[in-house]
Amino acid sequence: MIPAAAVAVPVRRTVTLAPVLLVAPLVAFMLIFYALPLAAMLSRSVSDPTWTLENYRRLAGDTVFLRVFWTTLRTALAVTIGALLLGYPVALAMSRLRRTAAGVVLIIVLLPFWTSVLVRSYAWMVLLGRKGLINEVLIATGLTDTPLKLLNTSLAVHVAMIHILLPYMILPIASVLRQMDEALPRAAAGLGAPPWNVFARVTLPLSMPGVAAGVLLVFVLSLGFYITPALVGGPRDFMLSMLIAQQVDLLNWPYAACLSATLLAATLLIIAVFQYLPGVRDVLKTVPR
Amino acid sequence: MDAVAVPVVAKTVEFQGASVVLTGIEKRFDTVGAVRGVSLTIGAGEFLTLLGPSGSGKTTTLMMIAGFETPTQGDIAIDGSSIVTLPPHKRNIGMVFQNYALFPHLTVAENIAFPLRQRGVDRVTRTRMVSESLRMVRLPGYEARYPRQLSGGQQQRVALARAIVFRPRLLLMDEPLGALDKQLRESLQLEMRRMHADLGITFIYVTHDQEEALTMSDRIAVMNEGRIAQLGTPEDLYDRPCDRFVASFIGESNFLSCIVVGTEGNMVVGDRGGTILRALTGSLPSAGTEATFTMRPERVRFADAQFSTTRTNRVWATVTETIFAGERRRYLCRCDGGASIVVKEPSSTTTRRRMEGERVELIWSISDTVVV
Repeated sequence: MIPAAAVAVPVRRTVTLAPVLLVAPLVAFMLIFYALPLAAMLSRSVSDPTWTLENYRRLAGDTVFLRVFWTTLRTALAVTIGALLLGYPVALAMSRLRRTAAGVVLIIVLLPFWTSVLVRSYAWMVLLGRKGLINEVLIATGLTDTPLKLLNTSLAVHVAMIHILLPYMILPIASVLRQMDEALPRAAAGLGAPPWNVFARVTLPLSMPGVAAGVLLVFVLSLGFYITPALVGGPRDFMLSMLIAQQVDLLNWPYAACLSATLLAATLLIIAVFQYLPGVRDVLKTVPR
Repeated sequence: MDAVAVPVVAKTVEFQGASVVLTGIEKRFDTVGAVRGVSLTIGAGEFLTLLGPSGSGKTTTLMMIAGFETPTQGDIAIDGSSIVTLPPHKRNIGMVFQNYALFPHLTVAENIAFPLRQRGVDRVTRTRMVSESLRMVRLPGYEARYPRQLSGGQQQRVALARAIVFRPRLLLMDEPLGALDKQLRESLQLEMRRMHADLGITFIYVTHDQEEALTMSDRIAVMNEGRIAQLGTPEDLYDRPCDRFVASFIGESNFLSCIVVGTEGNMVVGDRGGTILRALTGSLPSAGTEATFTMRPERVRFADAQFSTTRTNRVWATVTETIFAGERRRYLCRCDGGASIVVKEPSSTTTRRRMEGERVELIWSISDTVVV
């Protein structure tokens, strides 16, 4: 007979269903309203009218698509660089302010978040128009006789998009700078580095995860921009999302689906690449979205 | 790597330490005074420790010498010339921070080469000096590691190597051993003393650990509430504390209040409810005033029949508590007349252990008694 103590008593694993039940509504919602339509859209790009990759093959030689795709990439790149150049100093300033002052700046930085993109884009139309505020001031001060063409230019698109996307650049960089040990720049100065070298050799390299996170967010969001370029841009600022909308209007569903799939793939590719940069993933978690 | 054995390192650097003079320096944050008038002369090649509890102004004082804080008032001179207007990067002072402040994105070699690069030292010389200073802190061959791959003690050594590699004449240290465990701390204390002797440069060391200060320093400035409470050698501070704060902050002290009845030479005679006590003092308080006499627990003994000398103080007390602490036994005694006295006795199997409630006569030398 086996002694009682030697008999392994199986520990009953109580599988609790609670977490599963808690997320179930959201999962169902996402499945029905996001995953399903996405799958339908993607399948349409290869199955309409028959199963074929013809749509994608045509895309490669489609000059309209290539030009629009290039415009989209170029715009996203310009906006990202602009946001980085304007946002980094703000993030740096925020990290050096006292807690209360930094809080005030944070609210100011976040303000655009709480205003709709549509409203902000219209605001830029008011500012940049032929009879807009900027031209009025320029004429009143005698700097120019005839109003400058500001609205419906690439410049207008870049300015308005940078304005809208700046918080996405500032917040991750500021978050990284704030977490940086303040003894590090001090140590660098103490070891003989003048202020510029402290920045270039210590502060900047250590803030790179934040920069990468900000660049990723701004670039990816720029790729899908629709309202702003449509409102303040000119005919040369035709972006991929606008082309998709146009094709949908023309009921050219397979082509629109094919374009959407391409945009989605490009976006996922960029995110995938950036996720593997050291530290970026941790920074992204700290950014409110 | 963190063994206690200290190999003899040849004196490789022949140069003198810098002298530092602080004249009435003050630092106010908003209106709160962090440092309230500190004057201090630190000799070339001296090991001086700023010792005090947190908030005593010791770190702020150090930061002003380093240049990270500007004094609201007063002057700091190194080798006779004022440096208060010089930015930190032009002061040529080595500094070791509390949490080492190693650059996490640079290797050990790059960290140590940092001050050399800033000074335009060429690559070959840099490499040589880096490995030289790594040998000095007993971490040879660690060039390619990153700080996160090192233990706390090793990081501390790298920080030290980085602070001395450019041969500053003054080295500042802000609680450099604070984050390490006791054993490692003790072995690094010895090493720092050795390095101080080898380098011959001036060390200014900040700590809140009185034992560390006593072990390492030539002189200690005890700071309290933004001022220097007492400045002196470790023996000075331990044997002749100038006030109650110093007496209780450095080591442990017993306090007995007495009414001063007069003086005998440089001794003060106090009356404690009929018991006469004598103490050495610098200042002579006038008769009739109240004074606090203090003495160290390890210098108080139980009076046995055979133990009797003339130059002693004696009081009767009752043992209230005994605690065994390894190398010594602590007795908490309640003195006739109210005050409590701690007695520390080296532990031994041959000495008789006093029992709680036992009546004892306590005895200690007059020269071990100080008026504060």
